[in-house]
Parts: sequence; structure tokens; C-alpha cells
Amino acid sequence: MPTYFEKKQLVTPGELLAEGDYLAGSNTYTEDKKIYASRIGLADCDNKRVDVVALRSFYFPKVGDIVIGTVLEVGFSGWTVDIKSPYTALLRASDVLSRPFKPQNDELSQVLNGGDLIVAKIASYDRTHDPQLTVGEPGLGKITRGQIIKVTPSKVPRVIGRQGSMISMIKQETGCQIILGLNGVILVTGKIPEDEDIAMAAIQKIEAESHTSGLTDRITQFLKEEKTKREENKNE
Amino acid sequence: MNEKPEKLIDKKGLRLDGRKPDELRPIKIEVGILSNADGSAYIEQGKNKILAAAFGPREMHPKHLAQADRMVLRCRYHMAPFSVEERKSPAPSRREVELSKVIRESLEPSLFLEYYPRTGVDLFIEVLQADGGTRCAAITAASLAVADAGIPMRDLVVACAAGKVDDTVVLDLFDTEDKVGSADVPVAFMPNLNAVTLLQMDGILAPEEFEKAVNLAIEGCRKIYDLQKEALKTKYMLIKEEEEVEEE
Amino acid sequence: MSSLITRVRMKQIEQLIEKAKRLDGRGLGDYREIKVEQGVIEKAEGSARVLLGKTEVLVGVKVETGTPFPDTPNDGVLTVNAELVPLASPTFEPGPPDENSIELARIVDRGIRESKAIDTEKLCVEPGKKVFVVFVDVYVLNHDGNLIDASALAAVAALVNTKMPNYEVKDGEVVIKQGYTPLPMKNHPITVTLGKINNKLIVDPWLEEEQVMDSRLSMAFNDEGNICAIQKGGSGYFTQQQILEAMKLAQEKVAELRKKMDW
Repeated sequence: MPTYFEKKQLVTPGELLAEGDYLAGSNTYTEDKKIYASRIGLADCDNKRVDVVALRSFYFPKVGDIVIGTVLEVGFSGWTVDIKSPYTALLRASDVLSRPFKPQNDELSQVLNGGDLIVAKIASYDRTHDPQLTVGEPGLGKITRGQIIKVTPSKVPRVIGRQGSMISMIKQETGCQIILGLNGVILVTGKIPEDEDIAMAAIQKIEAESHTSGLTDRITQFLKEEKTKREENKNE
Repeated sequence: MNEKPEKLIDKKGLRLDGRKPDELRPIKIEVGILSNADGSAYIEQGKNKILAAAFGPREMHPKHLAQADRMVLRCRYHMAPFSVEERKSPAPSRREVELSKVIRESLEPSLFLEYYPRTGVDLFIEVLQADGGTRCAAITAASLAVADAGIPMRDLVVACAAGKVDDTVVLDLFDTEDKVGSADVPVAFMPNLNAVTLLQMDGILAPEEFEKAVNLAIEGCRKIYDLQKEALKTKYMLIKEEEEVEEE
Repeated sequence: MSSLITRVRMKQIEQLIEKAKRLDGRGLGDYREIKVEQGVIEKAEGSARVLLGKTEVLVGVKVETGTPFPDTPNDGVLTVNAELVPLASPTFEPGPPDENSIELARIVDRGIRESKAIDTEKLCVEPGKKVFVVFVDVYVLNHDGNLIDASALAAVAALVNTKMPNYEVKDGEVVIKQGYTPLPMKNHPITVTLGKINNKLIVDPWLEEEQVMDSRLSMAFNDEGNICAIQKGGSGYFTQQQILEAMKLAQEKVAELRKKMDW
């Protein structure tokens, strides 16, 4: 039995993708041996598995994911963190202080306050509880420098590129450090703000054109042009 | 204020606005027009102008309304005071309360509520101008707002009404036809699953006429479904087309 | 609605329905026992009490004078309200009408209004100035499922029971005379509600079945056998086929009820 779409075809929720001996991949569902799309996106079939790369989605927490979040509130024994997900995340004080927490001695707001940005890992999550974060690994913790940009989570793989080719290229061309939160929040840290601006513009371009081909070359081109423009502006 | 028209269908079989009995009013749909909402859509159907916005899934406030094992959909259908001939008070009327409920119940079957326990989705529908069949147009827009928010769905929900004027079963009644005609049957439908998610009727219809009206409404739904898909795809295709033009 | 039913119970109900049976021994197309009493509230112009199984609904009708609506200057006014009285169920809370009581009132209203059950022209006292206003208040006293059918039945029974005081107009004032006239009625709509559980249609869902069913379809028919109101409720859906099946089943049940009520 065939599939009912062409490679990379734009499909809408409810569109019939395939019938019979296929596996229902991401952003699809099965009813009566038929596979339908559940989100708007680009349909693809690989080894009898039908997937839809969603053009619009939100982040659903998964244990082990690295995410970037904003501290919302200082609570009694920890903090609530906005990870741009339907669920608010929790960061326990004991995790940050890496020793038992003494309410009378420790002032939590000195460590992390509302509005602070953190890079964290999802330590635990299940259907009955909000996700718990940890910062107890190297590379995680409070963010002190850089700029934040938000993209639709399903586009993060595109920013990374095949085997990291896209993200390495951006880092190289702009000299910026880039941390990709799987929740769609990306941290760009450069030597000067202008470098960060160019990297962010490139990422925005990737999000807007993620479903087109030849993107890596176009982004390389874009970065070179932006740097040249900046050189020209300096010299004037 | 206006005189009640004597005949709603003339000798040539055309309705007061020139349409044939099975013709829809002109429809225009746009998706993603509100920057603060997670998803949004705007529809014009005849003189109807309706805006729908979706927020979520997000944590429920107040918390005690959250369900441990599923997502909760909340819906508010509201008419602007200037949307109708005689100014309507901004306070929710009993009609708006009932419509909020039936609209919510027309969209729930399209959602995978069990995927996101303890969360809620808030849907706000504002009728900016009303000319009959607002609940149907509202459902059509609201469903697109949900899809635009990236919330997984079984299918888009589309809605259309049929009814009876002057002994003829007609499609997509406008306000005068609704008020003066003898029946109104709003229907919401998920075409790929052949599922009717909203069905109401007021007026008088013989059972055969009712069957005819439901079938006609569903045909109308299928036509509007194509417009829904087009509007949704347009928002995401625009960039693709620009790129293709540049590369030529 | 909070889950007042256990999973075990839900399964039990579903399994029985597969075998075309229900927990209380009824067939899928059977109503529970119906008892109708009229004239139970003497101070109301009309009243009726319906017991549908253990569901109990009391409807009181009050008739007063008032002004007509501007677009129907020669017609009396009908207004229907429903109260889900807190003592009727642990899920009913005191306060202004919520969406369930508003929907219930509007469904009952639709059946009566669209079938033109009340001859509203005969309620006109002075065209454009004074008419009789018929207040139908639905009071749910015990919720054991299918409030719609019980309320609709009680409402029409109460209207049939309603007597208006005789009057004459003297110097533009309505003066009450001796004696009463029955409320002028032209039709007796009957509403039948079907629930859907695992794609099977059941008539007159009882409370626990309502928690298992995914949706309901209510249809009101007038004396001539025409449909005058329909309302689908619940978070499920019906196929076109199921809608027609429901309509045929409802027609059968309406005929039975009409015979029972002698309307």
C-alpha cells in the first residue's frame, strides 16, 4: 500500500498519510490501520516509518534534555522555572547548593532570583508531577552573559544541522558560543554584541526557512554578507 | 426596525442576497494574526467578522480546575457590543454561555486531551460583527487557532449551518434568513473521521427535511474545510514560495 | 465533572451495553418508570412534578402581565429558567446559573417555543402595550440522570395544567374577574434524549451511564411528528449514520410517551 503524500509535502492535522503496514512516527496518530497527521508540518517516510516534522509545536519535557529557562519565583525550598513548556519546572535548593538545605542560614534569592536565566537538565518527569531540574553538572547553572533567542522546539534539529554542521558553521563564522536548549531557547554568547546579533539573525533565518533546501549554503552566504556589511560600516 | 421580507426566495430561485440555495457566503480566512496568542485565526463569512485565539497548553489557573489525567479546554464565545444592530451589553448573555459550552464540546473530540494532564487550553472567540451563523464561523476559526498553536489534533473542525426558508432547504443562512426562516441546523464536522461534533436545530422540520439539511450542511462543511487547510498552509508556505522565486 | 464513578463500574456498564443490557435490567431502548403529577403547587398558576426513575423535576408556572417584545407586539412572552438546586446532587453548587442550567433551560425553551406549544397570540391584552408573560421555572430536585427529558416533560405538563385568571380591561388597566381559563395551548412537544456508549445508542441515560457516555443527542418532536429542537451535548461525536439512527429511535419513543401522556 502506498503513502498518500510526496516527500516533504506540507500537511495539516487530520490529513491521511498512509494506510496499512506503516509505523506511526512523530506528530501522527493511528486510527483503524490508517495514519493521520496530528500537526501542521512536512511529511516524510523513512523505512516504512511516517513522520511529520512539525512547523509549529511546543516543548514537552523529556528526562535528560538540556533546557534553558527563566527563574519565575523563589519558593521555600527551591525555585520555579519557566522552560517554555505547558509545565513549570522545579529546581530544588538542595540540587543547587549540593548540600542539605538550611532555611535559617541560606537565603535562596541570593543564589538565584526571579528573572535569572539558567541552563539545566531535566532530572525527572512523569505524568503526575512537574519536571524537576538539576544544575549539578558541568556547563549547567546560572547564565551571566549573552543573549537569548527562542525558536519553535521542532526546529532545533535544523539549527544543529546534519552532524552539527550548521551550528558549527555559525559558531565558526561568528566566534560565538552557542548553547541549544531542546526547549527551543538558545543562548548566544559572543566577544562583542555585534557578533551575537549576527548569530541570532542567522538562527532566526533558519527558523523561518527551515523547510527549504540548500539552507546551509544560504546561511553561510548570509553570515559572510553580514560580516562584510559590518566591516564596511566600520570603515566609513 | 426593518420590515419583515415577504419572500426569502424569488421566482428565479435566488435568495435575498442573490445566492442559490446551496451556495455559501464569501469566506476569507487568515491564520496567525495575533502576536500574543499561541495560536489565532480570523474569519469573514458574509458580514460575519470573528476573531479566535488559543492560549496553551499551559498550567490551569485556578489550579483546582485542573484534571489529573487530562487537558481541560475552556472556551469563551463573546459578542462585541457593536457587533449587532442594537447594541448588546458586554455582560455575557445566556445565549453566549450556551454557545461557549456547545463550541467547546464541538472542539473537544478533535483534541488528544489525555496527552497533557493537568494543563489547560483557553480559547477566546470574539464576534466583531454578526450576521447569522456566528457559532459555525467561530468553530471554523477556533479550530484553526488551536492548530496554529501547535496543539496536536485528530482533524480540523469545520462548521456550517443549513436551514429552511420558504419551503426550500438552504445552506449558510444569514441573519434575516435565520430570523424569518422556519429552521436553522448548525453542524460542526471533522471530515476525515466523518464525525459530527456539533448538532443543533431550532424551528420545524419534517424528518426528511432534517436529513436533507444535515447532508447539505455537511457538504458545506467539506467546502469550507478546503479553505481552512488552504489558510493554514498559506501561513507556512509563504516563505517557501518567496525562496523559490528568489532562486529562479 | 469530577469522576464519581470507579473504573470497575465503568467497565461493568460498557460490557453490559455490548450485550444490549443495562445495569438496572432495562433494554437499550427503554425508559425508566415515569410518574407525572400535576397541580402540586397551588400558589403557582400551573405546576407538574415528574419522576423519571429517581430523577425528580418540579416545574412551576407563573403568569403575570408585562410588555411584549418590540418585534412581536401581539404575542405573549415565554421565559424559561432552570435551577440545578444544590440539594439535588453533590455536584450542584449554590450560585448563579452555570452553563449546565442555562443549557437545560434553553433546550426546554426551544422545544416549547419552536413547536408554538403556547398560543401566544391569545395572550395579548393590548397590542404593543400589554401581554401575559408565562414564567416557566424548572426546579431539579434530584439528579439521577437525563434531566433534559424529565424537565421538558414536566414543563409541558405544567403548562397543560396552567390556568390563567379571567380578566377584563377597564380604562387601560387589567382587572381580574372571577374564574379561570386554561392556558391556550396549540401543541405538546416531547423531548427524547439518547446517550452514546461505545457506539451504541441508549435511551434515557441514568446518572452513572451519563458518566460513561461520550455524548448525548436530544430531539424534540411536535404533535405532527416534526422535529422542533435538537441539541448534541458531550465531548464525543456522532456519524451521519448514527444521527439518522437516533432520529428513528427517538420517533418511536416519542410515540410511546405521547400515548402515555395522552397528548
